Amino acid sequence: MEITYVYTKKRSEFGSQCNFTDRPVELLVDILPDPTVAASFIQRDLCNMPVQCVQQMSEHEINTERLETETEGVNHVEGGWPKDVNPQEQEQTTRFRKKVEKEESYIASLTILGSLMEHCIKQNNAINIYEEYYEEEEEVQESTEEPPTAKTLHVLKDPNDIKRTATSLSWHPDGGRKLAVSYCCLEFQRASKDMSFHSYIWNLEKPNKPQMTLKPSSPIVCLDYNPKDFHVLAGGCYNGQVAYWDTRKGSQPVEMSIIEQSHRDPVYKVIWLQSKTGTDCFSASTDGQVLWWDIRKLSEPTERLILDISKKGTLDGAAGATSLEFETTMPTKFMVGTENGMVIACNRKGKTPAEKISSTFCGHHGPVYALRRNPFYPKNFLSVADWIARIWSEDTKESSIMWTRYHMARLSDGCWSPTRPSVFFTTKMDGTLDVWDLLLKQKEPTLSVKVCDEALYSLRVQDNGHILACGSQLGTATLLEISSGLCSLQRNEKALANEMFERESKREKILEARRRELRLKERGRSDQGKEEEPKEAEPQESTEDLVARAEKEFFQAIESERKKREQEQQKLQTPISTVKVEEAGKLVS
Amino acid sequence: MFLEETLKRIQSHKGVLGTIVVNAEGIPIRTTLDNSTTVQYAGLLHQLTIKARSTVRDIDPQNDLTFLRIRSKKHEIMVAPDKEYLLIVIQNPSE
Repeated sequence: MEITYVYTKKRSEFGSQCNFTDRPVELLVDILPDPTVAASFIQRDLCNMPVQCVQQMSEHEINTERLETETEGVNHVEGGWPKDVNPQEQEQTTRFRKKVEKEESYIASLTILGSLMEHCIKQNNAINIYEEYYEEEEEVQESTEEPPTAKTLHVLKDPNDIKRTATSLSWHPDGGRKLAVSYCCLEFQRASKDMSFHSYIWNLEKPNKPQMTLKPSSPIVCLDYNPKDFHVLAGGCYNGQVAYWDTRKGSQPVEMSIIEQSHRDPVYKVIWLQSKTGTDCFSASTDGQVLWWDIRKLSEPTERLILDISKKGTLDGAAGATSLEFETTMPTKFMVGTENGMVIACNRKGKTPAEKISSTFCGHHGPVYALRRNPFYPKNFLSVADWIARIWSEDTKESSIMWTRYHMARLSDGCWSPTRPSVFFTTKMDGTLDVWDLLLKQKEPTLSVKVCDEALYSLRVQDNGHILACGSQLGTATLLEISSGLCSLQRNEKALANEMFERESKREKILEARRRELRLKERGRSDQGKEEEPKEAEPQESTEDLVARAEKEFFQAIESERKKREQEQQKLQTPISTVKVEEAGKLVS
Repeated sequence: MFLEETLKRIQSHKGVLGTIVVNAEGIPIRTTLDNSTTVQYAGLLHQLTIKARSTVRDIDPQNDLTFLRIRSKKHEIMVAPDKEYLLIVIQNPSE
């Protein structure tokens, strides 16, 4: 429908100005509403449409690059003396001084200052103006019910460009102001030629630059501070050598063991021993040996132990060791965690290698990465391997008394809290640190912190239980402070933890006794009909027997299953009427 | 003289480790400590006193610095300033 209005103008009037005149309103078109048209329209649902006329904003974060600062001091040297007085000349200076002392203004002003000063000195001597009142009351505070937290204090980054894994950490035994971190690339043949071999000692007050560098001839895999002599560190290297450093003597190792006498694989753990001289340590490596050293003479180990459970004493059957454990309260015993998931408890006093290995604990599927005894109840120890962490009791050899659930990521390291008997920490390959409080929750960690995106490889708690350090794959060591609820001893905690451990070990013992009973019964039954099966004396059946037995059992199972299926088929195929008659027959009878 | 007695008395108070008198140019006039320590204290505290005084006067021009006390972990340094001289005393406050 077009609405047009035509107006005409004479050609001669083009270009002339317009003379507007008023005229009355003229109705051009009148379109009345037609309700029938509404039928072809669909009513829409009401909807809310927000409209805002605001500037578009976006949020950004930036962090400036770290500014490298260095502190420098200026030493004041004498100055200010008038030109005619030479400060070096004692005579001239004393003469000058005497002259000043005779001046009137000096005497007057000093008298006033003197009395003012005396007032303050006496004040200081009278009371301690900063005295803490009610100090004892503050400490008796009940532990507040705050949720457990962990705060990152510092991040110590590897200063080299090519990042290596921070494989082991050791706190300085005196106060924990310093942290020694060893860096090494543990992946087989992945280390590039330019990778530096250095490891560092960091001072926590200056976290930007390492305080000291340790320069070995081969990257260090594990480090340990000597608990008796704080300047000495022992380290195990990637090529199997063991070396020790004295921080007073510089970055080069004071002595290194001879390659021929050392391990043939990287040394995974080195621990100082308790001895009168304070110079004994022992090391373990995946070549299956545990060697004892006296650092005064690193040319050959003082003792050697081959971890062979079949007790043959050769390196062929030996299990590679990946972790060691030693507790100073039990100096004759130590434990080794092996690559195949076994924990071997050994006795140092054994005369022959056979006697040295006292018991084994099996239960893990992968290499045992960490072994630690509970500092409060040394009979219980924690082992961390593959995807699970287990707690064992020395008396219960058959299985662990407690264990966590299987995790999604592999566990790499774990340790107990030195201040609380029921708290322990574990690190995982996905970069999370878990804090477990056994008295609170046993199925899940009490606190799980994502420390970094890459895998965490090592973990150490400082002796006060408050601060812990974890090392990652890219060489960053992160220092975390955990909330006081997780590190201060709760009331009755020791008793409760002890009870818990005892209860769990008892449960395991009962289960084991039951299992033994069942086994005896089984054997009793099988004795009546068949020949007696020879009891396995060796730790393993030969593989062929196992395979044959498995095959036989498999086929037997298949046969029985097939027979069952055939019977069922038969039943289904018989006509329904006969079945009914049978059923009716049964009912009647 | 009276001044001598005053200074001697100050030095003999409990906990006082040392006394230094410094003039406006930072030259130590009288001291009971060794030379290198004295020179350090004189130089550093002189500057600090000037700064403290200017701070006080900036806030209120009619105010002036009468006394300066610096308490540190190990001891307390007390400075009594004057137009021309500075009296510095290092004391170990009673705990």
